Amino acid sequence: MHRVAITGIGVISAVGLNRQEFWASLIAGKSGIGEYEQPEYGPIRFRNAAAIKGYEAEAHFPDKNVAFMDRFAQFSVIAAREAIDQAGIEWNDDLRERTAIITGSCIGGRIAEEVGYWNLFHLNKNRVHPLTIPLGMANSGASQISMEYGVHGPTFTFSTACSSSAHALGHAFWMVRSGAAPMAIAGGADAPIYFGNLKAWEAMRVVSPDTCRPFSRDRAGMILGEGASMLILEPLDVALARGARPIAEIVGFGMSSDASHITQPSAEGAARAIRGALKDGGIAPEQIGYINAHGTGTEANDKMEVAAIRAVFGAHAEKLPISSTKSMHGHTLGAAGAIEVSATAFTLQQGILPPTANFTQADPECDLDVVPNQARAESVEMALSSSFAFGGLNAVLALRAVR
Amino acid sequence: MSETIEERVLRVIAKTQRIPVETVTPQSSFEDLGIDSMDSINILFDLESEFDIEIDDEQARHIRYVHEMIDGVTKLLEAKEKASQQS
Repeated sequence: MHRVAITGIGVISAVGLNRQEFWASLIAGKSGIGEYEQPEYGPIRFRNAAAIKGYEAEAHFPDKNVAFMDRFAQFSVIAAREAIDQAGIEWNDDLRERTAIITGSCIGGRIAEEVGYWNLFHLNKNRVHPLTIPLGMANSGASQISMEYGVHGPTFTFSTACSSSAHALGHAFWMVRSGAAPMAIAGGADAPIYFGNLKAWEAMRVVSPDTCRPFSRDRAGMILGEGASMLILEPLDVALARGARPIAEIVGFGMSSDASHITQPSAEGAARAIRGALKDGGIAPEQIGYINAHGTGTEANDKMEVAAIRAVFGAHAEKLPISSTKSMHGHTLGAAGAIEVSATAFTLQQGILPPTANFTQADPECDLDVVPNQARAESVEMALSSSFAFGGLNAVLALRAVR
Repeated sequence: MSETIEERVLRVIAKTQRIPVETVTPQSSFEDLGIDSMDSINILFDLESEFDIEIDDEQARHIRYVHEMIDGVTKLLEAKEKASQQS
């Protein structure tokens, strides 16, 4: 059994095009939520999303390969490049042969599909773009990373809605811990801001008309976000021996299924996954000093999540700060787990708790310390990152600071 | 004789929930009928189709009884009628 270090992180999101911008925004409490460009196909009732601004695909992909990547796959590769660069990986034959690439994506590349359907159903054309299938595959991000770096090891993609990349990171952690892989590139990506998907979220009536206010009494729903994060995981001793600088350790992973309702979350299910992560890491509840919460800002999630935390941590919950960075980078669906594990790793490394932004009013049903609006300097030894998906599928990772 | 607004709302709820229409009355609460939040979103969607109206999220959020749905639909139909007379 190896201890597992995170030695590289890449992030692209509405609050920054790289990891430095991302973290600087989070600790400044700066939200990336605002008006998105309305689709040409028709009106959407909600006006705001956490869209990535100032992104030009050609700046990252100058050659014809850009045509083989839908927006989420481009984000996947960009985040992987940044992570690999930071980790300073010295590739050799063994690493290329056995490194795992494990990604999560809820949606995949459906922007290409949507354009195809518009052509077929609306413009009465008789054909779609020949790359619609490879662009649409949820695994195309993982495949593109594998091709770019010539990595031949186990490569696959989880699609478990909003837990996708938490499941990906958890399994990557287990593979590196057990020695099944000498290194893993893991994370997730999604690009959900396109007409058909916006319409689908509009119909579910869970999107906020203004902004995302997790744990606030006047919260009115989630805000969709786009982005990606990829992380490099490797054995701690190997990383230290080669002079890499670990950002944090991953020490536990737990998962569960609510087995109750397709959209209504269950506190028992969430608590089961949190306990699983603690047990997997041999961690006592009192050792956890911060939780990067799932915190979507919906009525149902936030009170359920607080109930789950109370159930697991008991009296310790009173002294346990939690925050939802979704208030700034939005709900990035299949990328959420990875983006938030990255935020949690920086929290441990820097000794600063990112706030829950846009917070206005305390809610008696969410009465924990949610680090409202202002980041807080606080050194934390261990932290959790929670993901609770539609379908009742939960995944929680436990991280430890490297001192 | 054509169906009243009330009868149409009861029929839509019964069909969406797959329960006998006799069990749905204006006094029924969503809880009585086993309507959870996702079910109610389905019902709103079917009511929008049935009456060709648009029910906004804020109007819909606090509805807990069938008679509130009937009232809401009636008001939206009146507003629609008025708008069509003006245009």
